[in-house]
Amino acid sequence: MVDHNTPVTEGELHVYVDGELPADRREAVEVWLSEHPEDAARVAAWRAQAEAIRARYGSVINEPVPDRLTLNRIMRTRRSWAAIAAAAAVAAFAIGGVAGWMARGASAAAPSQVELFTVEALGAHKLYIGEVRHPIEVKAEENHLLPWLSRRVGTTLRAPDLGAFGLKLLGGRLLPGASGPAALFMYEGSSGERFTIYCSRLNEPRTAFRYDSNGNFGAVQWIEGGYGWVVSGPMDKSRLKSIASAAYDQIETRTPRPQRGAADQLISRRGS
Amino acid sequence: MGTFHQDIEAAIPALRRYARALTRDVDTADDLVQDTLVRALRSEHLFHGGDVRSWLYTILTNLNRNRLRSLARRPTLTPIGDNDAPDAAGPEAGGRDIERALALLVDEQRTALLLVVLEGLTYREVAEVQGVPIGTVMSRLARARVQIRTYLDGERPTLRRIK
Repeated sequence: MVDHNTPVTEGELHVYVDGELPADRREAVEVWLSEHPEDAARVAAWRAQAEAIRARYGSVINEPVPDRLTLNRIMRTRRSWAAIAAAAAVAAFAIGGVAGWMARGASAAAPSQVELFTVEALGAHKLYIGEVRHPIEVKAEENHLLPWLSRRVGTTLRAPDLGAFGLKLLGGRLLPGASGPAALFMYEGSSGERFTIYCSRLNEPRTAFRYDSNGNFGAVQWIEGGYGWVVSGPMDKSRLKSIASAAYDQIETRTPRPQRGAADQLISRRGS
Repeated sequence: MGTFHQDIEAAIPALRRYARALTRDVDTADDLVQDTLVRALRSEHLFHGGDVRSWLYTILTNLNRNRLRSLARRPTLTPIGDNDAPDAAGPEAGGRDIERALALLVDEQRTALLLVVLEGLTYREVAEVQGVPIGTVMSRLARARVQIRTYLDGERPTLRRIK
């Protein structure tokens, strides 16, 4: 049955134009449009835009593919892969919003190791939380996840249990970091929100918790025993700090490392 | 393995079309496609099934975003659009208008609109490519359409008058 009474939203008009509206609602939209000329004009304009775009670019698909873009050619020439790897490294920073992050920061001077580290962690966070199909490389259930990442990163890693926050460990991946291989653990909550924990060797003095955010995401970072850690997630400072605090407790008490006896001090030093 | 390469090969013409509309420049577009293909082949081991086409769109979209960011950091470059010939009457004029209108959009909005309108991706697929919720895709689409309409309705007569 067609529901003529529910007003048609603008969102529905877009869905209608793009052909994603279910059939039962389509008729209602058409009735609505016949009675609302302004909406009908909008729909017509959007369709005309789409037509113009397709008219302008649609024919590219029929052009012969240039030789340099054929797969054979690309596999044969291995066009300066080193250059592309370098571009990829730059890309990793760019994805992390390094421009914004740095512009906001202290100076135009070269970024410090710690800044680069944080930018990389947030870049990885931002890049991989959006992945629906491939957020991780190795699932949490696979036994080799922690031994593998530990071996590559160079320390005994533990993925903290964040069940108390409603977060489940999905798994992890290995990433290239500015100062060596980095591990990224991905957690997911019941409503799909994702948090990551990033860890890599970072030869810098230990620090207390530091919080930073770049608009959509927040990050709590600390350095301990030659390793840097960044807990990133949706911008909710107090939640992030509780999570980072729990992660810190688990990581530092369970990691067999010479006891510095300073964990409490570090926790107490973090701001409020 | 064969199908993976075949799927990539089959997607190349559409990737070129998408890149052309994104960059509005033949060479820049083909460079993007080339980098996308190299990246895809190099990352083959990271591809755990799913839609190769969506994956390629994602790589290309990210590479283009990086390209724009690095352009933004180089102030000496001429903004896109300044080198275009003035609007001409005739069959090309319509195409130029839409080209200019696209050039004025924020990258995320242009990407969302082109993926839906030109490449025929569903909102859900675009959400995956852009790494954002569907609601965000829809608002990008809505803002893109409002902007283009405003431009085509309002700006064009102004430009014409100047000419």
